Amino acid sequence: MSEPGKRLIVGPFNRVEGDLEVRLTIEEGRVARAEVVSTLFRGFERMLSGRDPLDALVFVPRICGICSVSQSVAAARALNVLSGKPMPINGERALNLVHAAENAADHLTHFNLFFMPDFTREAYVSRTWHGDVVTRFAPGSGVAQRAAVKARAELLHIMGILAGHWPHSLAIQPGGVTKAPDAQERVRLMAIIAGFRRYLEAEIFGGDLEAFLALESREALAAWCVARPNSDLARFMACARDAALGTLGVGTDALLSAGAYDLAGEALFAPGLLRRSRLSPFNPDGIVEDVSHAHMVPGEAKHPFEGETRPDGRLEAAGYTFCKAPRLDGHPVEVGALARQVIDGQPLVRALFEEGGANVETRVMARLVELARLAGVMDRFVRDMNVKDVFFDPAKLPEAGQAAGFCEAARGTLGHWMVVKKGVIANYQIIAPTTWNFSPRDAAGIPGPLERALVGTPVTEGEQAPVAVQHIVRSYDPCMVCTVH
Amino acid sequence: MSTRQTMVWLQSGGCGGCTMSLLCAEAPTLFEHFDTFGIDVLWHPALSRETGVESLALLREIAEGKRALDILCLEGSVIRGPNGTGGFHRLAGTTEPMLDWVLRLAQQAKHVVAVGSCAAFGGITAAGENITEACGLQFEGTQKGGALGRDFVARGGLPVVNVAGCPTHPDWVRETLALLTLGVMEPADLDAFGRPRFYADKLVHHGCSRNEYYEYKASAEKLSDMGCMMEHLGCIGTQAHADCNTRPWNGHGSCTNGGYSCINCTAPEFEDPGHAFLTTPNIAGIPIGLPTDMPKAWFVALASLAKAATPPRVKQNATADRIVTPPAQKFPRR
Repeated sequence: MSEPGKRLIVGPFNRVEGDLEVRLTIEEGRVARAEVVSTLFRGFERMLSGRDPLDALVFVPRICGICSVSQSVAAARALNVLSGKPMPINGERALNLVHAAENAADHLTHFNLFFMPDFTREAYVSRTWHGDVVTRFAPGSGVAQRAAVKARAELLHIMGILAGHWPHSLAIQPGGVTKAPDAQERVRLMAIIAGFRRYLEAEIFGGDLEAFLALESREALAAWCVARPNSDLARFMACARDAALGTLGVGTDALLSAGAYDLAGEALFAPGLLRRSRLSPFNPDGIVEDVSHAHMVPGEAKHPFEGETRPDGRLEAAGYTFCKAPRLDGHPVEVGALARQVIDGQPLVRALFEEGGANVETRVMARLVELARLAGVMDRFVRDMNVKDVFFDPAKLPEAGQAAGFCEAARGTLGHWMVVKKGVIANYQIIAPTTWNFSPRDAAGIPGPLERALVGTPVTEGEQAPVAVQHIVRSYDPCMVCTVH
Repeated sequence: MSTRQTMVWLQSGGCGGCTMSLLCAEAPTLFEHFDTFGIDVLWHPALSRETGVESLALLREIAEGKRALDILCLEGSVIRGPNGTGGFHRLAGTTEPMLDWVLRLAQQAKHVVAVGSCAAFGGITAAGENITEACGLQFEGTQKGGALGRDFVARGGLPVVNVAGCPTHPDWVRETLALLTLGVMEPADLDAFGRPRFYADKLVHHGCSRNEYYEYKASAEKLSDMGCMMEHLGCIGTQAHADCNTRPWNGHGSCTNGGYSCINCTAPEFEDPGHAFLTTPNIAGIPIGLPTDMPKAWFVALASLAKAATPPRVKQNATADRIVTPPAQKFPRR
């Protein structure tokens, strides 16, 4: 047993995107209190002030190298609202395709490079699956890691064709995408997506994706895994059972999705807020950002249109992180693939969620289910694409106005709020997925979602970086560079 | 192939995009490339198993000279703010700013590599009022100096190698690392901004698929048009040092092939052009930024001549997003 009130500081917390420190108070072998700390501030919101509104599309993708297209999409959506002109439908299909490709690549990166390597640790050396998992997921040498890196690079050829390159493309604009593909390029896109599907079926799922997506219960999932012991899905489920991932990192019953892949105003993955089993529409008017525990100059919690980013230069404020605390109707919410798939009603994810709520296992499973769905989603966008039509129609922006743009990054809901005055950006505020998930406490002392999910986590005597804590933190697929921006 | 070399990769005031881009390396993929050139990744924030105290122990050993380090890569700018303290980026798990760790590790490494325009010059993170006091390892924008100072030379005899780009092409980074590992990179292989000349001696203009439009000054009027983007859309590919149009990105692409302008992201201070990125400032219709090495009088003369000589096909296609008028069919003389 650990001594009462023992402090443990875990950092640099790697295999997350960006800089993270987690401070734990351990009592009687369990986490009693957690503080999640973002240790890097860059100030993108300040950089954007005074610039041409379209210049946001140069800056915002560079907030994050892993959610780059998501950042562009949120800004392009906000600018599109400002322009008041609908995006050409084929431009919107192409925009959704490059966005889906980034999200699929990110899910693949998370599973193979960020999450699974924790099961290769010494702590698990006595488990029957350990040797196999080391062969698959040892950092740099694991055969699954190598196959994933190759499949990811080939998938991202979609970016080479439609977006110039990845990350940091200027192809994504309020008026659509700047590349009008021809028939031959459309065929190539189809071939790339088909190749990606073959990879997923062979390496991760061990079978037909549509058959996998037809599963609706834990029993059916278990039977699928028994029949396919050489799939990485079955390997994950074996690790999950053994390490009791279904009991770790249990979150609050408040999930949010802004809805993903809008086409002519209709989201392919439905938006919504699920709180205490009740589904309601997503209303961004109820969002505020609280700075009471951030290294920010003290002030009232404000809606992002009125929001400010004024870091405390002396680092003397009461805060412990550079992350602000976003709240929706006064509450923290969890965002991510789990929220998207539960809110969209995906049968298997729903079934697992109803059984155990938001936890490490359901977060990772939701990501895998979404990965399987994205192969079909991408294919549909390409097949529906009319390569004789317009993909870009320049947007005319007003001299003054304000607008918000939303999208779903791989790791959850991303919002941009932009105020334009005299033809230039007067205020720009961003709330990223991990700003929600890894937010600090608010003025009422309510902890952020991860801070709460860590409480009660078992810590073995002598553990410096408790492995259960690592599973929980990485189950959110955090992106720390987006978090503070 | 060669003796094994150790590498530590740190991230500071940046977005992690150069790592994400590096993972797009193909034929072979990144890990196979490391195998081939004997690069041992001692620690990388996105790739290593080690976390927390395990990683700190390694960094301490290197900083104290107890463990040899061949290559130190920094991705992201060096954050000196607020007021020179470096407090806007504290290395998680420690009480020290990343600034201090970078300075200490750079003294120990045989080679120091700035990966991306942020680490090289400050880049996007240094844009505008630069409240984080971001700078590059050995440059602050166009000025030599930066975090390590203008006279810094790493143990191996090279100044900081600036693999600039936002993001960097995976080949620029991995081939720089391979050249360092083989011991064949010399000071003369770097240009005036410390960039490897194997890609920085090329211009983005070289191999641009819009070259015929450039020759005739047949200009695009909006993004996605096929014409030259220099006259109206802020494209500075004729001045940008990089081989983006002869070395494809993600198998196929480049900015100009993606339908938008080159913003010269391999250059210091690209982040603050002094005008909207996708516009071309001009005086009496003549762009202020002329193609590299081109005298103004010749540009004016050639441009007006070329405009007058523009074939209708080129003119029509320049303002379309797909070819509307194909080239005439000519049969070879027998």
